[in-house]
Amino acid sequence: MTGPAARPLLVGTDLHKAFGATTALEGATFAVDPGEVVAIMGPSGSGKSTLLHCLAGIVRPDRGTVRFDGRDLATLTDAERGALRRSAFGFVFQFGQLVPELSCAENVALPLRLDGVPRREADARAIAWLERLEVADVARQTPGRVSGGQGQRVAVARALVTTPRVVFADEPTGALDSLNGERVMDLLAGAARESGAAVVLVTHEARVAGWSDREVVVRDGRTRTTELLA
Amino acid sequence: MQISKAFLGLLESGPSHGYDLKRAYDERFGQDRPLAYGQVYATLQRLLKHGLVELDGIEPGGGPERKRYAITDAGVADVDLWLAQPERPEQYLQTTLYGKVVLALLTGRPAADILDTQRAAHLDAMRELTRRKRDGDLADQLVCDHALFHLEADLRWLELTAARLDGLRAQVTS
Repeated sequence: MTGPAARPLLVGTDLHKAFGATTALEGATFAVDPGEVVAIMGPSGSGKSTLLHCLAGIVRPDRGTVRFDGRDLATLTDAERGALRRSAFGFVFQFGQLVPELSCAENVALPLRLDGVPRREADARAIAWLERLEVADVARQTPGRVSGGQGQRVAVARALVTTPRVVFADEPTGALDSLNGERVMDLLAGAARESGAAVVLVTHEARVAGWSDREVVVRDGRTRTTELLA
Repeated sequence: MQISKAFLGLLESGPSHGYDLKRAYDERFGQDRPLAYGQVYATLQRLLKHGLVELDGIEPGGGPERKRYAITDAGVADVDLWLAQPERPEQYLQTTLYGKVVLALLTGRPAADILDTQRAAHLDAMRELTRRKRDGDLADQLVCDHALFHLEADLRWLELTAARLDGLRAQVTS
């Protein structure tokens, strides 16, 4: 937990976003502290993923601001935003989205290599993360040859290998059975808490939200938080 | 779970005292509700009366709590029968939440808030169970999972009802 003087690590304020005639966000607000796991919940089409994409700097909101560590993402150049996404942010998606031609270890090492870390060091760190996520045995396999649960653990390792300050996870267990989904969440939330990373978790599954510290509900593009209801 | 059936099942592995039966029950099935001693001895008396257990001995110098009980053949047959019968599936047709939502709609109160407040309470309970499960052994995990799946079913109902509120409002106020 953060001290009283600490400010939230990532804050989205009054976010609006439309895709053509379709309004995805209509005044959504969100904040997450370091080391906190926050679940974004809501029905399909409510704007959950758009909110995550805005917070992660993948999508630029039509209105409203996103501040990471006090800096307004809109004031960053594309290159700066790209660098931020590579080094300070980690991503886990529903389907691992691993590079099929690379081995699992190479996939995990990739963000480090893109950041200029020497191959030997990047490989060693990748292997250490694969061990931590209990999938070191598939390090030399390509993603097509591993199970869904193993692939998703590799994806979590890839998201955490740069020791990001925020991990964005969009339905990270959506393609897994209960047992594998649970293990992935356990490892993801555990590793993030240990390293002090914040986790922004989009899920429509209540059981997955059980791993969060609190939830933010999105409905019709607007956010409702538990604090507002209490 | 019926205490009498649990006791019979526990006695199948060998005779036991009331105190040890209580401890075994609390450890395996008690979760947050340990048995009261009164329940333990009342249950054993009933089983004795129906011939499902018998006295196996009385420890010297002991009071009534030092009686040792053993399961009888009739007791084993009773456990067999009980295990073979399916539990009646819960009907879940009487729900306070549904009543609250309808009353809110009838009286013009914000029904969506009721659903949101309930969702938050359910999620808090699920977080607590998830923590307990993470720190527990396999038995804890199974018990917590049972609770988690039921709470999850409630939450799905809450979501569906939230999506149908307009239709329900039109129906109950027509």
